[in-house]
Amino acid sequence: MIGNEAFARGLYEAGCNLASSYPGTPSTEITEFVAKYDEVYAEWAPNEKVAMEVAIGASIAGARSFCAMKHVGLNVAADPLYTVSYTGVNGGLVIGVADDPGMHSSQNEQDSRHHAIASKVMMVEPSNSVECKDFVKRAFELSEQFDTPVIVRLSTRVAHSQNSVELCEREQVEIKEYVKNPAKYVMMPANAKGRHVFVEQRMADIAAFAENCDLNKVEYNSDEIGVITSGAAYEYAKEALGNDVSYLKLGIVNPLPVEIFKDFCAKHKKVYVIEELDGIIENHCKALGLDIVGKEIFGLIGELSPSIIASKLLGKEVEYDDFGENVPVRPPVMCAGCPHRGLFYVLSKLKLTVSGDIGCYTLGASAPLSAMDTTICMGASISALHGFNKVRKEQSEKTSVAVIGDSTFMHSGITGLVNIAYNATNSTVIILDNSITGMTGHQQNPTTGKNLKGDVAAKVWLEDLCKAVGINRVRVVDPYNLAQTEEAVREEVAIAEPSVIISRRPCALLKYVKHNAPLKVDSDKCRTCKMCMKLGCPAISIKNGKAVIDGTQCVGCGICKELCKFDAICE
Amino acid sequence: MDTKSIMIVGVGGQGTLLASKIIGNVLLSAGYEVRISEVHGMSQRGGSVVTYVRYGSEVHSPIVEKGQADIILSFEQLEAARWISHLKKGGRLITSTQKLDPMPVITGAAQYPENILEKLEKMGIDMTAVDALSLACEAGSAKASNVVLMGVLASQTDFDDDIWQKALEECVPPKFLELNKKAFELGRNA
Repeated sequence: MIGNEAFARGLYEAGCNLASSYPGTPSTEITEFVAKYDEVYAEWAPNEKVAMEVAIGASIAGARSFCAMKHVGLNVAADPLYTVSYTGVNGGLVIGVADDPGMHSSQNEQDSRHHAIASKVMMVEPSNSVECKDFVKRAFELSEQFDTPVIVRLSTRVAHSQNSVELCEREQVEIKEYVKNPAKYVMMPANAKGRHVFVEQRMADIAAFAENCDLNKVEYNSDEIGVITSGAAYEYAKEALGNDVSYLKLGIVNPLPVEIFKDFCAKHKKVYVIEELDGIIENHCKALGLDIVGKEIFGLIGELSPSIIASKLLGKEVEYDDFGENVPVRPPVMCAGCPHRGLFYVLSKLKLTVSGDIGCYTLGASAPLSAMDTTICMGASISALHGFNKVRKEQSEKTSVAVIGDSTFMHSGITGLVNIAYNATNSTVIILDNSITGMTGHQQNPTTGKNLKGDVAAKVWLEDLCKAVGINRVRVVDPYNLAQTEEAVREEVAIAEPSVIISRRPCALLKYVKHNAPLKVDSDKCRTCKMCMKLGCPAISIKNGKAVIDGTQCVGCGICKELCKFDAICE
Repeated sequence: MDTKSIMIVGVGGQGTLLASKIIGNVLLSAGYEVRISEVHGMSQRGGSVVTYVRYGSEVHSPIVEKGQADIILSFEQLEAARWISHLKKGGRLITSTQKLDPMPVITGAAQYPENILEKLEKMGIDMTAVDALSLACEAGSAKASNVVLMGVLASQTDFDDDIWQKALEECVPPKFLELNKKAFELGRNA
């Protein structure tokens, strides 16, 4: 099973009662898999901060609880994290965080170990699916033993690689008694001062525990070379160097112990620290005055791999043959029939400044649509547009929009929209409502009317919500209707009032969405004007001087037909 | 035994994930330790996708790098060209002859290289090229070209037929099983 499924199995076996998460690659499947166990209550929260707070509440109530997020999600949840560090837990609290070295599906390459250090929270890091399951179970025990939340850190390769895992029974864990205890759970200054003393002592205790804990393992193979490593990097090192070197494999990556490092370094002539992203273990070693080699040869950027390690340590290079000719890149694209395409075509045509956001629609930045100016983080499209328009005033208010998906809007777009209404810019916000959380693989959210288990749930009506926060102009368009969409965008950017356009059409990949018959090009009528090519639809290409439509991809959305001036596209 | 590496390369949406599931199932039945690694998310949207399958008695790294793949199973010609550098000296390429234009080719910013298969042959690659799409259509669905390629792979490896059949039964939804078994046979006899 993949690391994320093994993680979910670990939650189940550990007697976890509650999981609340926001989806984010590569962490999403943990919560999807755990939702399959009836014994565990699981939900999608509107964002990571809410998810973590839900899990904190359940922990205080006495249950083993969990929340999952990707690395950037932990930034959103940083506020509760830094204070739940002080309160500690009642039932065990485990936080799953998946980093994305190499940025396979992320906007930055941050190292979440920094959050563990800064918030003074214990962090463990498994290397493979077997350890995912085992470490999660240990994490709950350690959480309760040391009165700390425990972060389990994954990376893309651990989360999304599979190996065989043996299953165990679910542990029967009773929900602990809840006793009112303001000194522990009400973090106002007088109480927090006391808890900070506790936190410092706790971290010292865990560091001492980590000296002899079996989660930190020494494999002694050589007096010559020693390698200090953790997570996916351990597997890479083991692949590259085998049993010719010794290993100090760290399962507990925060806090780091002292003696085990000194001892390991004393026993080896040369010691390398092999870790992905930042040099956190390395800096710890250097602060202890240990002579080690790390980032100076491995660098801070991207994923490590066995070849990189073999090359740097052994000077070994692998021979291979290249194709020897330029191979065009194949970037991800909006799918054929994607409802975002029509909207982005209009934005591109009107040459608007587009404040973008995180989701499938970030692909609107790619050629040929090229209709996005900025993408920062979840929700920033709306708030950043307000700032942009505050300083550039009317000139930009009439030429700019924000675009944000339905799920991202619920995550952290609403507060930005409140700000536009409250602090008054005549900004135009377009909510791309495709009725699902698309990029992470179709998760429900508060606007879809269904919950994680697929059951009917309360539905947020975007129109009503936008009006309630003070936006008077709210209108809905169908992005398959280019003329209607263009008219709405033209009017709303021109008008001296804040407005919201809801571009509504379900994702073409949703199972319940019925597709039309694929369209065809009448090559006699095609004049090769290439208007249809401006859509960047993967189903349309030019063959032998004429447009052709790939019938296996086309879902008959018809926007190319709307654009064709020569009626060359037909059913 | 030494760890062996298979790479499955193609375009998001071509069904490479099912292929890796079937191969993983076969290798586990054959008694190997198996690690499979794939990337989800952004790249699935019509981008270049790659899945790594590694098996042996003890497997550590889940990834396959340049010059390391014993077999590359490619769903599309351009992807075969892109990833051929990952083939080990003396490794084998199995590729579908299907061509899918990537967006830079569609927009005219780049050219789809000509005669990819001939060029690969000239490089001295041990290659099997199969029109998997036509065979899949013959079996009843263009979507079954992934399983056609499984058939080709089966004909070039020595795992028992029972193991392959069991893998198909366990990985393919029952209502498409017959169609996929036919696609598998067509691939194996191609």
